[in-house]
Amino acid sequence: MLLTRKAEFSASHVCANPAWTEERNHAVYGANANPNGHGHNYVLEVTIEGEPDAVTGMVFDLRELKEILNQEVVEPMDHRFLNREVQPFDRVVPTTENVAMEIWRRLTGRISRDGVKLRNVRLYETGDLFVDYGGAL
Amino acid sequence: MKLTRRYRFSASHRLDTPALSAEQNSKLYGKCNNPYGHGHDYVLDVTVAGSPDESGQIVGRETLDTLVKERVLARFDHRNLNTDIAELTGVVATTENLAVTIEKTLADGWPLRARLDRVRISETERNIFELRVK
Repeated sequence: MLLTRKAEFSASHVCANPAWTEERNHAVYGANANPNGHGHNYVLEVTIEGEPDAVTGMVFDLRELKEILNQEVVEPMDHRFLNREVQPFDRVVPTTENVAMEIWRRLTGRISRDGVKLRNVRLYETGDLFVDYGGAL
Repeated sequence: MKLTRRYRFSASHRLDTPALSAEQNSKLYGKCNNPYGHGHDYVLDVTVAGSPDESGQIVGRETLDTLVKERVLARFDHRNLNTDIAELTGVVATTENLAVTIEKTLADGWPLRARLDRVRISETERNIFELRVK
């Protein structure tokens, strides 16, 4: 059975590779490379796979899941400038792809346990763009 | 890893098949068979799959946008699907057939490194059609 929990955070970022010229960054990232940053209301959907526990009837304790999402994603990233305040985005370009993979890395060890695994991270940068990451490329 | 981008276009159509009588068409398609046609604000989700390149992207947003705009939106937006789209001439302009047409339009000569994975079209918020690309 699949269980999906949603969380939101708002953050700013710049998509630019410091090793590249400003011209190349704009050619690759467009307005996302504007140097002083811009922001998004990110929406995160975390999907967990498992069977309901025989006693509790739950795949995963939703209060615990909410707390994990708060600790690993919302508190560190909400109302932050990702490039300057959230590692590894001082070194890694915070494209939606890279932010989704970082969220996966932060969550998988805290969620996966006997009979339960993190199945998918879906990250909406806007309502018109989202990335799905299931742990493999 | 997959990336999905959403696009919108507005078009009119009428559901009617020459294989059936006027009465049968009216019974089968209901209001969708009304003779002068009607329209929808279609929502098109295009999903591509692959690994991020050195820019950290599966596909450049502008690259994908340009492709979909040129191949799909420029042809389908503010058009009559029955009369203006060659592939739908003689084919009932259901959203199933529209999805097949758009998938083929995108998949033929697909020029990007990332693989075309899925085409999903909402005719209205209640009717959604999805094609996995083989």
